[in-house]
Amino acid sequence: MSAQHSTVGARIAWVALIVIGVAYAAPLGWMVLTSAKSAEQTLAGSSVLPTPLADAPGQIARNYAAVWSDPVVDFPLYLRNSLWVTGLSMVGMMIACSITAYGFARVRWRGRDTLFGVVLVSMMIPFAVLMAPLYVVFRELGWIGTFLPLWAPAWLAFGGGFNIFLLRQFYRTIPAELDEAARLDGCSHWGIFRHVILPLSRPALGVVALFHFTAVWNDFLAPLIFLTHRDQFTLALGLHLYQSQAGNTPWNLLMAASTLVVAPVLVVFVLTQGMLQEGIATSGLKE
Amino acid sequence: MSTGEARRTLIGLCWVSPWLAGFLAFLMLPIGLSVWYSLTDYPLLEPPLWVGADNYRRLLHDDVFWRTIVNTLVYAAFSIPLGTALALWIATLLNRRGRLAMLIRAAVYLPTLSPIVATAMIWLWMFNAEHGLINGLLGLVGIRGPNWLKEPTWAMGALVIMSLWSVGQAAIVYLAALRGVPSSLYEAAEMDGVGRAGRFVHVTLPTISPVILFNVIVAIIVCWQVFAVPYIMTQGGPGRSTYFYTMYLYDSAFVYGQMGYASALAWIQTLIILFLTALTFMVSRRHVWYRVS
Repeated sequence: MSAQHSTVGARIAWVALIVIGVAYAAPLGWMVLTSAKSAEQTLAGSSVLPTPLADAPGQIARNYAAVWSDPVVDFPLYLRNSLWVTGLSMVGMMIACSITAYGFARVRWRGRDTLFGVVLVSMMIPFAVLMAPLYVVFRELGWIGTFLPLWAPAWLAFGGGFNIFLLRQFYRTIPAELDEAARLDGCSHWGIFRHVILPLSRPALGVVALFHFTAVWNDFLAPLIFLTHRDQFTLALGLHLYQSQAGNTPWNLLMAASTLVVAPVLVVFVLTQGMLQEGIATSGLKE
Repeated sequence: MSTGEARRTLIGLCWVSPWLAGFLAFLMLPIGLSVWYSLTDYPLLEPPLWVGADNYRRLLHDDVFWRTIVNTLVYAAFSIPLGTALALWIATLLNRRGRLAMLIRAAVYLPTLSPIVATAMIWLWMFNAEHGLINGLLGLVGIRGPNWLKEPTWAMGALVIMSLWSVGQAAIVYLAALRGVPSSLYEAAEMDGVGRAGRFVHVTLPTISPVILFNVIVAIIVCWQVFAVPYIMTQGGPGRSTYFYTMYLYDSAFVYGQMGYASALAWIQTLIILFLTALTFMVSRRHVWYRVS
């Protein structure tokens, strides 16, 4: 009786799970399917799939080509801008956070733990609270209308509280005996950092890189505030411009453009899945 | 302090100097400036002019300010409990092995990676009154769906529904927490004749309650930062029904060019977040159990 009850329960759970999976996949799936339809078809609304299915490849080619070579919204340029900003920001964030985390994990000094507490508290401060005075600071620096506000602060670990925390936790799982051995070989702190800690913390650095990539790539508010010229727009701003430009952007093209913006994030994530899991599993975040 | 200790402190400070410099330049300096700006009239193109507490006094009589607080609170009151319950439910369902479970876990998590602008575009299309997928599905069961984003009551509802699409992160965290609940606790409860629901309420929930508390606090902070989705999808309308706090802050600073007033808004936002976080801690004190290790 009890066993039978649990199989019925398990079946209901599976049905619920599948419904949930379909519901969560539906919006992204529908985005891709819409991007394979003609404009008339999106408004006919009789079928979820493009009909006839055989025409879909040609339609996909036409839609994506139309988005890519739009006369007003320069997606190839915005892609280059996004790659540039994201890349510079990622490199800076990884360098700044890995060095800082070493100071919190491997050097003993007075006030260290207090200052680490400040790192954790500063994670709680929302960007929205800072945006008005930050604008003034960047303006005084002459950075408004350049890419600098979007990547330069990352070189000073701005917005990197969580990354510092994650790397510090990871460093602490590396046996201190390795430091001792390196020190006996005449290594300074910098030598230990370069030759012991950094090579061993690749998985955690990968996690930092991935989190930061998605954060910068997906960001809308900071580019909206700090960029002034259309030529400098990132993909996120470009997509918004594409939607809000005069007249109605056809849904199939808007969904094709959205797919272009979403795809890089999903591809990077799927490719780095294994690394991500290793990084999180070994960073001591899960105890 | 001995010289050796002073030297070590210097070395430590050198190592954390990248963060320290950024902290001072991009966090402490703006915070200090915004205290000063909030007490001035600062139209961006002219220097700030001291006005004392005028901005704060003006806030009290500003109907738009109160409207955005109510809107944000209403949004939080629905999206946080619903999102937490849904994430917990999904996590308990996902707490099993197998390829299919992994696939569904990915389906639930992937939306959290979607750039917010793209998410807004997708849901504009989902909620489209005539050709959207949601009203299409409602039509199949004979319901005439509303014009979601064009009607005041439905627009806020649409944004809450949308927020549920992004609970993947919380669900994954809950899933990890569920896997950390010692099975001995379940076995003990089962021996005492506690049923399935009883075990969830008396074993699972108390054990993972610190994780739930953490997620709820993160969700509160996120709610006060909602900006891009209503900015793109409804522009705060219809009327001001989806005008959120951060949108008003943004408009005050960068559309109306009132840096002083915007800074006052930012400080009130900070106080609200601190107050709600403290309140959540206090309310939760009776219900959150920390394991003694």
